[in-house]
Amino acid sequence: MNSNPSILIVDDEQVVRDSLSKWFREDGFDVSTASSAAEALQQLQGRRWDILLLDIKMPGMDGMELQQRVKEIDSSATIIFITAHATVDTAVKALKEGAFDYVTKPVDPDYLSHLVTNALKQRNLFNENLKLKEQISEFSRADEIVGDSPQMHKVYELIETVAKTDTTVMIRGESGTGKEIIARAIHSNSSRRYFPIVAVNCGALPDGILESELFGHERGAFTGAQYRRKGKLELADGGTLFLDEVGNIDVKTQMDLLRVIETKQFTRVGGNDIIKVDFRVICATNKDLEKAVADGSFREDLYYRLNVFTIFIPPLRERKGDIPLLANYFVQKYARTMGKSITSLSPEAMDTIVRYNWPGNVRELENAIERAMVVGKPPVIRPEDLPYQLTERNHVLPAGSLAMVEKGHIVSILEQNKWNISRSAEILQIDRVTLYNKIEKYGLKKPSAG
Amino acid sequence: MASAINILNASKLEDSRLGELSQAVGRVFGIRTYVTSANLNLDKAFDASRGQCNSTALLAELLNSYKQSDEKRIAIVGVDLFIPVLTFVFGEAQLNGIAAVVSTVRLANPFYGLLPNEDIDFGRLEKEVVHELGHTFGLYHCHQFECVMRSSTYVEEIDLKRLNPCNRCSELLKVAMLNK
Repeated sequence: MNSNPSILIVDDEQVVRDSLSKWFREDGFDVSTASSAAEALQQLQGRRWDILLLDIKMPGMDGMELQQRVKEIDSSATIIFITAHATVDTAVKALKEGAFDYVTKPVDPDYLSHLVTNALKQRNLFNENLKLKEQISEFSRADEIVGDSPQMHKVYELIETVAKTDTTVMIRGESGTGKEIIARAIHSNSSRRYFPIVAVNCGALPDGILESELFGHERGAFTGAQYRRKGKLELADGGTLFLDEVGNIDVKTQMDLLRVIETKQFTRVGGNDIIKVDFRVICATNKDLEKAVADGSFREDLYYRLNVFTIFIPPLRERKGDIPLLANYFVQKYARTMGKSITSLSPEAMDTIVRYNWPGNVRELENAIERAMVVGKPPVIRPEDLPYQLTERNHVLPAGSLAMVEKGHIVSILEQNKWNISRSAEILQIDRVTLYNKIEKYGLKKPSAG
Repeated sequence: MASAINILNASKLEDSRLGELSQAVGRVFGIRTYVTSANLNLDKAFDASRGQCNSTALLAELLNSYKQSDEKRIAIVGVDLFIPVLTFVFGEAQLNGIAAVVSTVRLANPFYGLLPNEDIDFGRLEKEVVHELGHTFGLYHCHQFECVMRSSTYVEEIDLKRLNPCNRCSELLKVAMLNK
């Protein structure tokens, strides 16, 4: 019987309690009765009831006061008032204070049946909603923020502080430090978490395309615009707009964006209709925006509009204590997705990764671990499973020496340019012969494909 | 197990209809069913302010006026019934008990301003009698669309039901009858 819906009938008249409890029992309800508010409150201490049917006029505490006390015990309780003394005032008061409905005795059985069915449906929807919200919170929890260093604790504090507000946030940090993950953490801890977070990589899109991507476009707005399309601003309505690489936006789009952020309204490209939106802005950049403002490539007014609350994410080399934690986290993550039984790194492999400089930050570390998981054999990752540049640099040269820094920098440039010697030499501002000499000096080898 | 079902008539139903009813009920429950005249004092249960009889009071009278036996008894009355909190009921039964009562008033077409149709009215009565007796055997309301144990709060719902319980309720009824 406990899986059946439950109902608590509170009425000082026994005949009402008896007839209602009999009626609901025949319907398969789990029914209990109370002859007074005190008795009802006692029953509520022991368990939860799906529906409470309350009389208004009772000796001692009346139904209205009982409703208040019930809500203190169980704020989601569904309360229906059944009274013989209906007045507009009490009905309004009861409904204002959260009662589901208010009916007068005697009730039409069909009406009562529908009322209780609807109340149960609403309660089920409420519970289902709560459950789904909990599930969304679970899914949206940014579980990839790993770090126990004081610098990261400071970042966590800032996330917690700013998440609850609607303030614009600027996240700054080197490439690969996890700026988008921080943005998602802010979103999933904010009141907008049940709405989308829409990310726009401003650096990845050419100017004209970025405008259409942000604002959307009407059919025929430009060649190829065959259909009307909603922009990211519209898609972010109610939620958060995450502008990654915000320093790369062209001056015209900067102006349009400033207007939208200030007025929360815009028109689609090629359209006239004003669209109102409500979103929070979080942006990220690894550029020196102050310099960009000084040289005129970034609008000062937009800079001040975006730079309200800044979170700096420290590079990985400044929080080396987090490297083992992150490495183990990525090992567990890829062991799960690849179905491999590698559980950790060998002490030598761990030493190698802790000594490495990580110019590509957490992203580089994750890629290194992913690669090691692919080539490595259970049960642990060994130094030879790690990417070439990590082991080479660390084994030959003492950590912190000028030669190590030079070697590391040359390797990075070579890798960025796919070992194109001419282009790398140009970037390093040395001639090709010098570069060949340095490659020989440090024993660098072009990694074989795959 | 109940030894018989006694239909107590306190309505204007003709003898031939009562015989039909007795047979139909006997077929559904598979036990001896017979009809007698009811010796009920309706005045005691009558509420002048509502112009209706309190069905709970009638049930109490059914239990008190008749000697103890293992028979189920159901009274058919020609007065409108109510329980204090509801505007009306078609009938009432003691859940898992021995007594039940059914009113013919709201089962009749003319009550709703429609042309009289005795066959329709009688079909409704049969279903309501089986429904209330089902409660005395411990059956709850059923969510099956056509099951006789489905709750009906308006007369058209009774028309949609069949006279017999659904498979699940039939099984429950068998178990209940064996255990009694």
